[in-house]
Amino acid sequence: MKLLRMASLAVPAMATAALISGCMHASAPQALKPTSYGAQVAEVSGSKQIAQVGSTLAQPVVVQVNGADGNGVTGALVTFHGEGMQFTPAQALTDPSGQVTTNVQVGFNNGDYQITAETPKSGGGTSALTMREIALGYEQTLGKVVNDQYCIRCHDSESTPERVSNLDNLSPVPHQFVDGATLNRISDGDLNNMIAHGGPALGKSPQMPGYSATLKPAEIRAVISYIRTVADPPYQMSGVKYAK
Amino acid sequence: MTDQNKPLRSRPSLREVAMFGVVSLVLLASLAVAPAKNYFSDWRHYQKAYLSLASERQNGTLVKSFHSGIRQTWVPKLGVVDRCESCHVNMSGALVGATAQPFRKHPPIPHKLEEFGCVICHRGQGPATSVEDAHHTTDAWEQPLLPARYVESGCGQCHLGPVDGTPRLNEGRKLLASQGCVHCHTVTQPDGTTLKASDDPPSLQHIAEKTSREWIFAWIKNPQAYAATSTMPNFQLSDQDAGDISAFLMAQSKPSLAANVTLKQASVSSATDPTQAATLYGASFCSSCHAMQNAAGNLVGGTVGPELTRVGSKVNPDWLRRWLNNPHEYDAETLMPHYRLDEKQLGVLTGFLLDKKDADLLANVHLGAGSADGVARGKKLVTESGCAACHQINGINPPQNFAPDLTKVGSRALAQIVFAPGMKHNLPEYIAAKVHDPRSFGPALKMPKFTLTDGQVDSLATALLAQTDRAASFPTELIVAAKHGSDYHAGGDAGRLMDDLRCLTCHAINGNGGDMAPDLSKEGSSVQRAWLEDFLSNPNTLRPALIRRMPKFNLTQPEIKMLSEYIGSAYQAPGLDSQTVDPHQLNADAAGRGKQLFYSRYGCNSCHIADYKNDKGYVGPALAGVGNRLTPAWTYKWLKDPAALRPGTLMPNFTLKDDEARDLTAFLMTLKAKQGGGK
Repeated sequence: MKLLRMASLAVPAMATAALISGCMHASAPQALKPTSYGAQVAEVSGSKQIAQVGSTLAQPVVVQVNGADGNGVTGALVTFHGEGMQFTPAQALTDPSGQVTTNVQVGFNNGDYQITAETPKSGGGTSALTMREIALGYEQTLGKVVNDQYCIRCHDSESTPERVSNLDNLSPVPHQFVDGATLNRISDGDLNNMIAHGGPALGKSPQMPGYSATLKPAEIRAVISYIRTVADPPYQMSGVKYAK
Repeated sequence: MTDQNKPLRSRPSLREVAMFGVVSLVLLASLAVAPAKNYFSDWRHYQKAYLSLASERQNGTLVKSFHSGIRQTWVPKLGVVDRCESCHVNMSGALVGATAQPFRKHPPIPHKLEEFGCVICHRGQGPATSVEDAHHTTDAWEQPLLPARYVESGCGQCHLGPVDGTPRLNEGRKLLASQGCVHCHTVTQPDGTTLKASDDPPSLQHIAEKTSREWIFAWIKNPQAYAATSTMPNFQLSDQDAGDISAFLMAQSKPSLAANVTLKQASVSSATDPTQAATLYGASFCSSCHAMQNAAGNLVGGTVGPELTRVGSKVNPDWLRRWLNNPHEYDAETLMPHYRLDEKQLGVLTGFLLDKKDADLLANVHLGAGSADGVARGKKLVTESGCAACHQINGINPPQNFAPDLTKVGSRALAQIVFAPGMKHNLPEYIAAKVHDPRSFGPALKMPKFTLTDGQVDSLATALLAQTDRAASFPTELIVAAKHGSDYHAGGDAGRLMDDLRCLTCHAINGNGGDMAPDLSKEGSSVQRAWLEDFLSNPNTLRPALIRRMPKFNLTQPEIKMLSEYIGSAYQAPGLDSQTVDPHQLNADAAGRGKQLFYSRYGCNSCHIADYKNDKGYVGPALAGVGNRLTPAWTYKWLKDPAALRPGTLMPNFTLKDDEARDLTAFLMTLKAKQGGGK
């Protein structure tokens, strides 16, 4: 009895999260035999996507294995891993163009996820590539809804058939929310003031209107949380940092 | 020794003593099981780990104030007894920076955890005190923790309409309506309302006029081969079945009213200029509702009407001309407006659409006239497949309770479920797999295969998982009902004209109608009569960047008069009249101050264009001719509180003072269009 209990306790705290997503129970990947080896693994597409927690990224992640000559290598082995994530497939050989495509499901927690794609090199050792994906929890999702409704017209350079970006029409040009280099330096309090009372509240442009009579305080908080989550480079919370 | 001398009880043998000892030990050991189990329980282990983490990282107050023991959230009215916080001790985030479970802080949500507990959203077994029992399926407990991607289903138990912050649940509910799920399945919400379908499957009562048996065959074999965006599911029919069904559908067809209309043949030559045709298609804004693949292979256009990429392979030319002339004669319920095209335009547009062909689509379909046997078999198949649940078909009544009721599918007992081989035995997996590919559960099942992305499958599963037993028994004060539209239609001659133009396909009025174009419920207070007449005769978008625009309906002058008078008088905002602003105060001085406010104080030009030469704002409507368009009273009230007049508008409330709003109104009223036009 004791032994049983001890055994179950031996599963560390992390197992809880792992069990929830069920990823640890996926059958161990069958060892694929690479037919050739590359020198380097490079990203083709799929990093920095934004998805809700627990969901599959809208676009698959595609990486390419290149040989020493910089051309794609067919039949090289690529292995994906990353804490809390599931990959379908987690391991594959590169196709004739030297690429591997995998679908990625992010985990239960909001925030950053790191994907590592590894390929064994011809001379031994491995080449690895890390990519960042972003998961939105409830608050950031609400922030994204508000962003998509009110902010995106001026704070995003991308246009769609339904809405045309107004970013280039403005001077000074608004900061895009992914612009971590700028926005990470502004405190939560200042961001809150600017959103609630407009640019002039901090001596900035009146092009930015105040939203205190339009958005609820919780919605403004949610937008700030969203801005912090999508920032690139990532936003580091102030205060003491601990290892996990 | 004699028997008398023998003592009544002999001394126990060594064996007996040993036996007794063992039994006693076993008894003691078994008595120790309960305290030992308690001592080695998961929650005790985690609480110890938490305390050591806390003492490592923070001063002693957190450790001193910590009460160890089982923690329970009890919410009698919801039937919640949750002990999750016995291990997840840091839900409030008192210990800062703990990122690994079970000590992660619960992310912010709009509810207090102690009011709802955990299992209402996350499922699992609340009263359990071990990791295994709480999170997983056990012999006594079916519902494991809900995977994160379905967690919004928890919100959907009380919130019956769309909620900001639960896009997946909202999408799932929308799909239940738009994919036609609720034509066959009943989904009743806790407040007793039943979800209504929002798609518009066409009536098949006159189908022989519209298309050929060959096209019907190809279509029902694989609808997405004809139109990738079609919501018609794939019934995975054999050639024989599809042939018989197409024979029956042709046989049941009866002539429509459109068949009696005599159309004059267009006098134009059949070789119309393709540019002219494309221009007419564009100028009629067909693409606001219909999608079509462009030269680059991208699908461009709306989803209100069917995709037109291959329409030339589908329709009979004569039907198309009659349809474009007046669609309501063929289908009185269609969302398509009556365009009032002249003969030349009819000819050009018909030719343009008939050119949109796919030679491969019907290349290998060769069917003669259907045999009587085939027709009879087709009728049987149509009845059995439930086609009449969506489409009107002569001689077949819509089936009642055709498919299982899904009102409580989110709590369905696993014993009632037949799992496909190799599936994990839990409810979310079952629902998602069933939505994704129903026939994987057996080829004989009736439910057809829908074309859905993985994300859409997750959304549908989320919406269905919200349909729980628990929700049905929640106290009614917790239930947040969905907003229900009205069935408003304008009355009288103007109402008939508005129905003919199908205004409500795009515009909402008094709670009924589409969301593609502005709500017109208060339009009469908003715009000036002369502008409205001008706009109706030549609609020009107010927002230069918008692709979807109001089509030109070739209205006659009396029709325009009638429409603008009706809109002007019937669609008034309450509490708004000519006295709202004093016209004498809208003078040049005020306008001067207003201009300052517009450009300097409030930066209105970042979103609006007041002067095409200098301003570039693209977000709101251009204001260059607003002095001809809007009424001063509306402008003033709008500036004071835009959301009060149009809930959900992008325009923020600037909390303007009365005199600021008045000055801005004065400035805006000076912005007149050059020649009284609608620009």
